[in-house]
Amino acid sequence: MKKKIVSALLCTAMISSMLVGCGSSETAATTEETATEEAATEETTEEAPAEEAAADDTASAEGGSVYYLNFKPEVDEAWQQIAADYTAATGVEVKVVTAASGTYEEVLKSEIAGSDAPTLFQINGPVGYNSWKDYCMDLSETELYKNLSDQSLAVYGDDGKPYGIPYTVESYGIIYNDAIMQKYFAMDGAVATSMDDINNFDTLKAVVEDMQAKKDDLGITGVFASTSLLPGEDWRWQTHLANLPVYYELKDKGVTDTDALEFTYSDNYKNIFDLYINNSTCAPTLLGSKAVTDSMAEFALGECAMVQNGNWAWGQISTVEGNTVAEEDVKFMPIYTGVEGEENQGLCTGTENFWCINSQADAADIKATEDFVAWLITSDEGKDIMVNTLGNAAPFSTFGDDEKPSDPLAKEMFRYMENGKTSVSWNFTIFPSQAFKDDFGAALLEYCNGNMTWDDVKNTVVTRWAEEKAATAQ
Amino acid sequence: MEKTLKKYFLVFTLPTLIAFAFAFIIPFIQGVYLSFCEFTTVNNAHFVGLNNYITAFTGGQGFLHAMGFTALFTIVSVLSINILAFGIALLLTRKIKGTNLFRTVFFMPNLIGGIVLGYTWQQMINAILYKYETTIVANAKFGFWGLVILMNWQMIGYMMIIYIAGLQNVPTDLIEAAKIDGATSWQTLIKVKLPMVMSSVTICMFLTLTNSFKLFDQNKALTNGAPMNKTQMLALNIYDTFYGKTGYEGVGQAKAVIFFLLVAVISLCQLSFTRSKEVQQ
Repeated sequence: MKKKIVSALLCTAMISSMLVGCGSSETAATTEETATEEAATEETTEEAPAEEAAADDTASAEGGSVYYLNFKPEVDEAWQQIAADYTAATGVEVKVVTAASGTYEEVLKSEIAGSDAPTLFQINGPVGYNSWKDYCMDLSETELYKNLSDQSLAVYGDDGKPYGIPYTVESYGIIYNDAIMQKYFAMDGAVATSMDDINNFDTLKAVVEDMQAKKDDLGITGVFASTSLLPGEDWRWQTHLANLPVYYELKDKGVTDTDALEFTYSDNYKNIFDLYINNSTCAPTLLGSKAVTDSMAEFALGECAMVQNGNWAWGQISTVEGNTVAEEDVKFMPIYTGVEGEENQGLCTGTENFWCINSQADAADIKATEDFVAWLITSDEGKDIMVNTLGNAAPFSTFGDDEKPSDPLAKEMFRYMENGKTSVSWNFTIFPSQAFKDDFGAALLEYCNGNMTWDDVKNTVVTRWAEEKAATAQ
Repeated sequence: MEKTLKKYFLVFTLPTLIAFAFAFIIPFIQGVYLSFCEFTTVNNAHFVGLNNYITAFTGGQGFLHAMGFTALFTIVSVLSINILAFGIALLLTRKIKGTNLFRTVFFMPNLIGGIVLGYTWQQMINAILYKYETTIVANAKFGFWGLVILMNWQMIGYMMIIYIAGLQNVPTDLIEAAKIDGATSWQTLIKVKLPMVMSSVTICMFLTLTNSFKLFDQNKALTNGAPMNKTQMLALNIYDTFYGKTGYEGVGQAKAVIFFLLVAVISLCQLSFTRSKEVQQ
């Protein structure tokens, strides 16, 4: 009898715990439903919550919280620290979640549909705005927009209002190790005598090929770091390098976007790409196994003299174990591709990091988010974090001259901005889709493996561009 | 007894039913509905009818190519896994020394996750191909055979355990009777042991067939479809459609529904076919 009672008790305990578990999931589901309904009503009233929040300053920020979906894994720790500090100082809860490299769109897609959606997220430019416009809030009344030093940098909607504000400016080009270059210039029969001589593709090619021939004397395994073409690691070529021919083509046509790219500068792209893959640390057929970290490690260990990357790469270079490159030897050079008049070309400077505020979040959360970003760009503490911890070259008028990042590549970036050379703007923000970039990268890999000719690559770019532009315009 | 069962039916099954509804039935119905919609996020969708299904089969989507590649891969891997697993199971039921050790070792790969396996094998295969100055993504054939090897390595251990259990259940009197009647060991295997383990064959075929068809992690980690999506399988194709292209979420969803029907039909056919070959002991 006793046994029966005990087992009956156990059974009820088990079942009730199950029921409790289910009960809570049910309530969670219902709150989610109400949240969606709320979001739907907000959508219809559009900017009403934002205006309300602006009218009622401190009261509505109370109880609000910030949820930032961070794009850059390399600064995740810094963001967690900022969140903790801000919460300690103001009592406003800040949650920062970082999407793993290359998965931002996916994480945003699933997170924004949930009941606890990000209040602050980022888009990569006009194309990103197009897919997220239902969630982007008009930012014209925010501190963020008012303090933007060059308001043309913002992402504007069809109604002419700003929906995305850049929080950093970045540059990329060819990073070179000055110690190795000086060693080469001192050699007998060097093709050039200083970096100033290298201001067009022909000189660059002559120097690189001569250096490759003398690589043993220079103590390097190749001039260029490996051209990483492992799937998912090819953004330096299908996005960054591809920016140059697109930039020149758009410039020739006098437009800012096109539905039909002709890839008129494909030969220029081929020039520099061939130079990269044929004067590298490994054979072109092995590039399919290389990741960006491999390339950066080769550069940091002094196995190569040059690598194409941006100013964010300093963090990677400086933290490689056994790093042999001195800080003062890390320099930038523009990417020359054999275009006429490129002697005056500077680095590729721009941004694809635009902050957006979720228009479908609660009014209190929106207010809290506005306060949080305003704090980042106006308070001394916030500015210090922006510049020194996050390494952002923030394009806001609230930042003084002494409030700029001081790592070697950022210094080089400002040197190029100020020495009168023409910066190449970032036009890859108009690239039609990730699928286009992936297919371009795949074609480049096939080219390196000898399975595709350059004409095939060119055709892939032209047709995929048109297809994807047509698909996203729907 | 039956009365009590009926009486307490709801008490015992309701919690599971509710959990099942929330975790499976509701998302499934929502998924089917979304396949007829155009949407960016799941709570912001509008109905477009059959458009997504039509787009799914148009060129440039790679869906049909992925289907062909998946079918080929499934045939090769189902055959190789089951034959090898059955062979090893036969060896390990022969009372050789260290049988238990071997069984454990063969089973172990099954405990490692697909993504980890994919990256590990990518490194190993590339290390070998390095000698020939090439990589796994240089040629779709490398990717295909890489996947087959990986899948075999991972699944054989599990199937082997199931076959061992089946072989150990073959009544010894039947085998003895066969011996007395003068059957060779090959005849014993084909005419006695195999029919007796048909239930194991059913389950092993089912597991390998569905797992090969639905393969995702290993495919994503090993080649990610390279070169030029030639080694892209169905699940990866759906994933890339859903996340890689803006405005194609509905098409990805439609492909997922087609994928579900395909897997369901093929595995049900296989089940009814192998079941009909089973014998009652």
